[in-house]
Amino acid sequence: MSQSLVSADHSAIDRVFREEWSRVVAVMARAFRDLDLAEDAAQQAFVEAATSWPRTGIPESPGAWITAVARRRAIDRIRRESVRGDKQHQAATISKTGGWPDFDLGGESVNDDVLRLVFTCCHPALAAPAQVALTLRLVAGVETAAIARAFLVPEATMTQRLVRAKRKIRAAKVPFRMPEDTQLPDRLAAALAVIFLAYNEGYIATSGDELDRPDMCAEAVDLARLIVKLMPDEPEARGLLALMLFTTARRPARVGEDGSLVLLADQDRSRWDVLLITEGQELVRKCLRQDRPGQYQLHAAINAVHTDAATFADTDWRQILALYDQLVKIGPTPVIELNRAVAVAEVHGPEVAIDAVEHLDLNGYYLWHSVRADLFRRVGRFAEAERGYQRAIETTENAAERQVLRRQLAQLQTNPPGL
Amino acid sequence: MTRYLMSMGYPEGSTPPSSDELESIMADITEIRRQLQAEGSWVFGGGLHHPSTATVVRSKDGTAVTTDGPFIDSKEVIGGVTIIDVADLDAALVWAERTSLATLGLPVEVRPFVDDRLE
Repeated sequence: MSQSLVSADHSAIDRVFREEWSRVVAVMARAFRDLDLAEDAAQQAFVEAATSWPRTGIPESPGAWITAVARRRAIDRIRRESVRGDKQHQAATISKTGGWPDFDLGGESVNDDVLRLVFTCCHPALAAPAQVALTLRLVAGVETAAIARAFLVPEATMTQRLVRAKRKIRAAKVPFRMPEDTQLPDRLAAALAVIFLAYNEGYIATSGDELDRPDMCAEAVDLARLIVKLMPDEPEARGLLALMLFTTARRPARVGEDGSLVLLADQDRSRWDVLLITEGQELVRKCLRQDRPGQYQLHAAINAVHTDAATFADTDWRQILALYDQLVKIGPTPVIELNRAVAVAEVHGPEVAIDAVEHLDLNGYYLWHSVRADLFRRVGRFAEAERGYQRAIETTENAAERQVLRRQLAQLQTNPPGL
Repeated sequence: MTRYLMSMGYPEGSTPPSSDELESIMADITEIRRQLQAEGSWVFGGGLHHPSTATVVRSKDGTAVTTDGPFIDSKEVIGGVTIIDVADLDAALVWAERTSLATLGLPVEVRPFVDDRLE
């Protein structure tokens, strides 16, 4: 066995995988116009790399090596499936003419391929769970089994979801191309929504008690970083990344030593991740300079204000309220108005906030009940506060949230504030 | 190119459009058809009578049985279909959107045909 020039330990191979996976799948998808084939070929090529690189060392241009192998595997598979005449024809064309579009892995065209891949996976013709699964599998390179474990579904269910989605893309001819300029805002919003959904699902799933569950939040953050890199002029992508970084940064302080949920007001802020917060705040500053606000940027800015305060009491609620006012202006929803009311209570007092929440149509939403209960408690309407906490306990599906609400209710019953 | 079936659905038992509305719908639908024909994407299309006018033929053990009525009871009824031949789903969705707008918001289902044409 010869001494390799570049050591190929596990982490080095892993890094190449993370850097090159989406690019290889994207290039294959453009060349063969078949996502299933692209995924399969990329998978095989990475398996071959993991087997041979520990012996040979990592090649000088690992991406080109993997793409060349993937291309061979794709053509092999097309030949094997040559019962279908059109594929046979396709394989013949590719191997004869080398019909291989500009194949420069370092170039701009590959970045465009990756974006095309993202937009295909997030196409509105696919259902949201399929968009999320496809994006995690084909763009982020997460194994199907890991996606299934993260989202608490059987692996067979996740496999079926991916198979159906890829079949639909092929049968219905979902195009592998950049959206038209007129469609781009909607399609980008859809892609960002998919990433945020992956983050939130991962966030909820991993806040349970099983520690071995793969962390889709980290994958979602990486996906957002990818979009920011590929579409640097889109402030909403940057806003989404910042929002997820702030949320991740506060995660360690969100869970108490006994595993219970800790509210923002009671969190030990020294446990927040300073590096992530610094990065998030830098992103928010860039967004402000671009001055094209959107919902993710505004949510990120609200988080930036929170993380700027050394203690809960130092929070600049006027600024938070101003940001909520802007959010309401661009897209009012009852949930945003509810969150705005929390800021209203801090700036203008709980009576004004009660007026702001009473008309909201959120009777099935536990946070509406708990915010109201809290406001009633603060103005001394304890009977209504008690009923509110009870309704909140009834309507929440989350055990950790329920525990917090029970604690608040018990506090109110034994020791009403101000008495 | 791929052929797509666009089916326009309406809820069973819904109020039919007034004659003025119908006139404007037909004008818009005719214009969509004219544009599809102009770009060579039109294959076939037309409106359908109410499902109560349908007849179903089923064959079992070599014998055909003819019965009255649609073969599926559903809350939505197909009011008309158009078959188009366009580059991809995004192109088809543009026409579906226009058709939905023209029919005052009827949902339009877009389904690809299995491609068995010889090149």
